[in-house]
Amino acid sequence: MQEQVGIHVYESEHEATSTGLPNTKLAMWLFLASDVLLFGALITSYVVYRGRSVVGPYPNDVFDIPYTSVSSFVLLASSLTMVLALAAIQRGDLGRMRLWLLATALLGMTFVGGQVYEFTTFYEEGLSLTTNVFGTTFYVLTGFHGAHVTIGILMLLTLFTLSFGGKVGQKDAMSVELVGLYWHFVDIVWIVIFTVVYLIPTGP
Amino acid sequence: MASVSVPADGRTGGLLRRPTATTGLWSWVTTVDHKKIGVLYGVTAFLFFIVGGTEALLIRLQLAQPEQGLLSPSVYNEIFTMHGITMVFLVVMPLSAAFINYLVPLMIGARDVAFPRLNAFSYWAFLFAGIFIYSSWFLGGAPNGGWFGYAPNAVLDPTRGMTFYAIGLLIAGVASTVSAINIAVTILNMRAPGMTLFRMPVFVWMSLVVQFLLAFSLPIITVALFQLLFDKRFGTHFFDSVAGGDPVLWQHLFWLFGHPEVYILILPAMGIVSEILPTFARKPLFGYQFVVFSGIAIGFIGFGVWVHHMYAVGLGPIANTAFGISTIIIAVPTGVKIFNWLGTMWKGDLTFPTPMLFAVGFVAMFVIGGLSGVTHSVVPSDYQQTDTYYIVAHFHYVLFGGAIFGLFAGLYYWWPKVFGRMLNDTLGKVSFWLMLIGFNLTFGPMHVLGLQGMPRRIQTYPEELGLAFWNLVSTVGAFLIALSVLVFLVNVAITRRKPRVAQADPWDARTLEWLTSSPPPEHNFDEIPTVHALDEAWHRKYVETEPGRVVPVPAGGSGTEAPHAGEHSIHMPSPSYFPLVASVGILLLGYGIIFGWLLAAAGAVVLLAGVYGWALEPSAE
Repeated sequence: MQEQVGIHVYESEHEATSTGLPNTKLAMWLFLASDVLLFGALITSYVVYRGRSVVGPYPNDVFDIPYTSVSSFVLLASSLTMVLALAAIQRGDLGRMRLWLLATALLGMTFVGGQVYEFTTFYEEGLSLTTNVFGTTFYVLTGFHGAHVTIGILMLLTLFTLSFGGKVGQKDAMSVELVGLYWHFVDIVWIVIFTVVYLIPTGP
Repeated sequence: MASVSVPADGRTGGLLRRPTATTGLWSWVTTVDHKKIGVLYGVTAFLFFIVGGTEALLIRLQLAQPEQGLLSPSVYNEIFTMHGITMVFLVVMPLSAAFINYLVPLMIGARDVAFPRLNAFSYWAFLFAGIFIYSSWFLGGAPNGGWFGYAPNAVLDPTRGMTFYAIGLLIAGVASTVSAINIAVTILNMRAPGMTLFRMPVFVWMSLVVQFLLAFSLPIITVALFQLLFDKRFGTHFFDSVAGGDPVLWQHLFWLFGHPEVYILILPAMGIVSEILPTFARKPLFGYQFVVFSGIAIGFIGFGVWVHHMYAVGLGPIANTAFGISTIIIAVPTGVKIFNWLGTMWKGDLTFPTPMLFAVGFVAMFVIGGLSGVTHSVVPSDYQQTDTYYIVAHFHYVLFGGAIFGLFAGLYYWWPKVFGRMLNDTLGKVSFWLMLIGFNLTFGPMHVLGLQGMPRRIQTYPEELGLAFWNLVSTVGAFLIALSVLVFLVNVAITRRKPRVAQADPWDARTLEWLTSSPPPEHNFDEIPTVHALDEAWHRKYVETEPGRVVPVPAGGSGTEAPHAGEHSIHMPSPSYFPLVASVGILLLGYGIIFGWLLAAAGAVVLLAGVYGWALEPSAE
């Protein structure tokens, strides 16, 4: 039922394309595929430099795994609200879409806020961007991810605001879906970063 | 027939009204038409070609005789670095982009690219990246660490040059990534009815492969450039071996991008040549599928050979051997293409107007460059050659003898389509022979010089080494190349004065762009053609009566559909200011990272204004 609505939306909004996928969606997939390589290179740099810092603080000195686990859970939960927002607009339920978009943005902001707090704590414990290669690679990797989340929040809030001007209706479900694709991607990347950076022990 | 309506003005007024100029300077500034953007790319790239060529002449003058002092060592470093950056990022890539932008929609039977405004944005961001990098000459010194920007040299250099390099290439990378996604979606999604993937012209196929190479290699150099920028600007330790960092990481990331980049530079030229040879051999391309699949194979293997740039680093025999083998393997699909081109010409009804001469020149010169490439896939052999002029000879045979010859072939071939005027063939031939002779005089002797041990990137050489003769020959050759470019420019100037009388199909060619007028109307085709075969345009003109006998299709019997009755209007996307605004924002942001956060903040505001204006401006359709 819902899927049929979705197909109907594509047909009304887009000309027929050679692959059947809307241009915007194909473009978003290609962008995300390209972005995989960006994070791939960043994560690789982090992994290559694991355990090569010559001065502390080292990862074990600063990481607070339970704290970061909670903020990771918050970010992952935002994927659920994102799905709900898309489902709502595909049904034409503008009110619910606004609610879930706002919830997604707030969860995202909680995550970014948590990251700012974490960075501040680490900094106070003596780990800056220039302290050692751990600080260098850690801040740049997680900072790039935080910037991605922030851009996602901006897009969510833009959709939320535009929906009051009548610019985001059922026929624009594709816009919500595109932001959703981006959002889920950023979440998935965080799962990899959290595992590689926080959970896999560095050793002494 | 069809009437075209470009919406006269936006549906809402005020700030977000869309620009309406269709002629004059303003129409070029706000254009989203893929053909105009293609011409902009071409003109800009050619201007940079003249600048980069001038830098090459300065290098050759400095090296013409031993122990000259025309350029000081530090200026020499800046000149050869800027020559490399210019020719790779500001000439061959955008000149290829010019052909891709102009031709891909025409060749697949589309009215424009998938995202016309993003296309304009890509052009402006590329232009500003070029201006940004060149402004470094006036703002504290040009980049001086080679186009490859090796750490820790690039980090430790006290001037701002390599900071300009990092930011400038980041901006160019944004432009190319956006363009790659745009063109890939265009090719995958906007093909005319019946234009299946395996009815696409080879040029479109090679363009598609290039867009994937760009999309997957640019993010890697983006990370490396950010790391370099952070090391230079914020004191991080990515390439600082004292703190545990590793300069070799830069080399890995750079060449993981840099080798696919080589194919980004050469594949469009291969596509161009694969269109031109069948036209002037009056035969279909020999082994179309092999050419396509070998192009795809080159794309894949291209990501697995980067260490052959790093044999001398000391990664160990196993790594070097593995990458030696993969490098030898990538010569196979390249060789397949060569044989296909030869097979295309074999027993063809050959004619040799200028584009064909350049195309044949491409094949011949590329073979030489490819073979010298195979000689340094072998590790012990490469130890002797690396960092000598032998390498310089090799990659100029591939990138000048290859890419530039191919692109010139394309210029002569599609000039009548783009401008409605045929370039003068006699002057074209003069230009070709000057270039071929000059090119071989310039770069042929470099093989000898390299094997005699002349190192790259050194400002001069002592007389006792006995390198003077071949260096002088090389310098003479370089000026012959300059002369041939001058003849081309004279040809262009003369042709500009001629009336626009070129026919739609002056070469009796094979692909869809020749079905529409020269130059094409803004909407490309009055009726989108329905495609029934590879080489659709050819099959509408000729049928094969018995094996090998090709006769023109009798009048009225062509596969062309009757024009649809009745009037209908074609809506083309409106011009827009915002691609320009957004790219100005990126430019300011770039300067801001060097000159202060206030400027960066201003750039961010302009960028956001551009992006939001873009998102909110009234829709064209």
